[in-house]
Amino acid sequence: MDWTPLILSAKLAFWTMLLIPVVASPLASLLAFGRFRGKSLLDAVITLPMVMPPTVLGFALLVVMGPRGFMGGLWEDLTGNRLVFSFAGILMASLVFNLPFAVQPLRASLEKLDPRLLESAAVLGLSPLSAFFRIVLPNCLGGLAAASILVFAHSLGEFGVILMVGGSIPGQTQVASVAIFEAVEALRFDDAFRMSAALIPVCFVVLLIINKINARRS
Amino acid sequence: MMLDVAMTKRLKHFDLDLAFSCAPGELTAVIGPSGAGKTTLVRLLAGLEKPDSGKIAFGEEVWADAEQRVFLPARKRGLSLVFQDYTLFPHLTIRKNVAFAASDEDRVDELMSMFGISHLASCRPSAISGGERQRAAFCQALARNPVLLLLDEPFSALDVANRRNLRSCLKELKSELNIPILHVTHDLDEALFLGDTVMAVESGRIAPDWLKEQQAIQRHLAVSGLSRAGVGTSVHTSEPTAEEPALLGCG
Repeated sequence: MDWTPLILSAKLAFWTMLLIPVVASPLASLLAFGRFRGKSLLDAVITLPMVMPPTVLGFALLVVMGPRGFMGGLWEDLTGNRLVFSFAGILMASLVFNLPFAVQPLRASLEKLDPRLLESAAVLGLSPLSAFFRIVLPNCLGGLAAASILVFAHSLGEFGVILMVGGSIPGQTQVASVAIFEAVEALRFDDAFRMSAALIPVCFVVLLIINKINARRS
Repeated sequence: MMLDVAMTKRLKHFDLDLAFSCAPGELTAVIGPSGAGKTTLVRLLAGLEKPDSGKIAFGEEVWADAEQRVFLPARKRGLSLVFQDYTLFPHLTIRKNVAFAASDEDRVDELMSMFGISHLASCRPSAISGGERQRAAFCQALARNPVLLLLDEPFSALDVANRRNLRSCLKELKSELNIPILHVTHDLDEALFLGDTVMAVESGRIAPDWLKEQQAIQRHLAVSGLSRAGVGTSVHTSEPTAEEPALLGCG
């Protein structure tokens, strides 16, 4: 069996898990603590990837990330490479697709935080940024860990968005779910079975970890 | 330095409209019924809310001036605030909580020893009692050597023994600190015991009549021998009042 798609899936899931807090934390903080007009609009935009058909989201991303799209053009100017059909492209698509899965638990975790702790921190001389790192983050580590692990598991199973944005280039964009689909299409059921069997225990272990974190938090 | 306040703030049912001063080494006890605007006053002084008009000044420094659009945020005021129900940081040990904004490690140890919580240094706030948590909150507030100490009903969640103990601690510390202290309470005993000045606030305004009424009720209850239990107004029974506090607005 070719392990490359599985390794690529793990790599994509790992980088998505690592980078998602950087994108999701400010957005979750904004939604949890911010008081501004258009908050529900921002909330809806962030949650949209959760309810949109993956192919529709994938097509939208393909347009934006293509050579003539805003992101794709900018990326090409900066790096000289194409964004679509590359690992960087599927990583960005994965971040967008997973955003609501990280923002929602993080936001819930932030909303549970006693707002007086932040007031107390301010009175004790902390700037909002210092308060975020010294008070908010340590008290929301459980939420952050749960969000990251959920995103890892979710990234392992991505299919529609990845196929639209990345296609199926072996070693670059052909992740496990795409490889399984292609194996089934080519009637290589043994390959499909082995790859599926390798993914199931990983997802199971991830879910056990999430449950354990949630049990500790509650 | 002297705290000078003359400001208004629109609240839901009335305007908070107060003017008073508090000198270093002086404790101003703010007393009044629930919903009178006492906590809003503390929040305004702490820089957690902005006044609608008027000015808050600390010595030469203007903390808030609505007309000049001056507003010094809470983090730059150098004051300390003890909340009603001990908002210690749950992820830190008691020592780290006390030392959170402390300028001097020795002062941290000194305060923890003074408040009898040295043995709890490595505990988390969730592992200690309410009284111990409030002692730790006091230590945290004092360890940063604040220029002004704000106390928002700090004893209200404590049992009688802890309350009495902490009151005495505060009374002792008052002159040593030599900073203005504003102490919000709904307990007339406490206000009279601790306050150099007692300021009654009702519906957002200084209300000397309210205080006189409460004192009259207190005297009546003391004469008729009714105990504090079961009667709305508390009766000063056990703690001695060193000297009569000034009643703000009473002339």
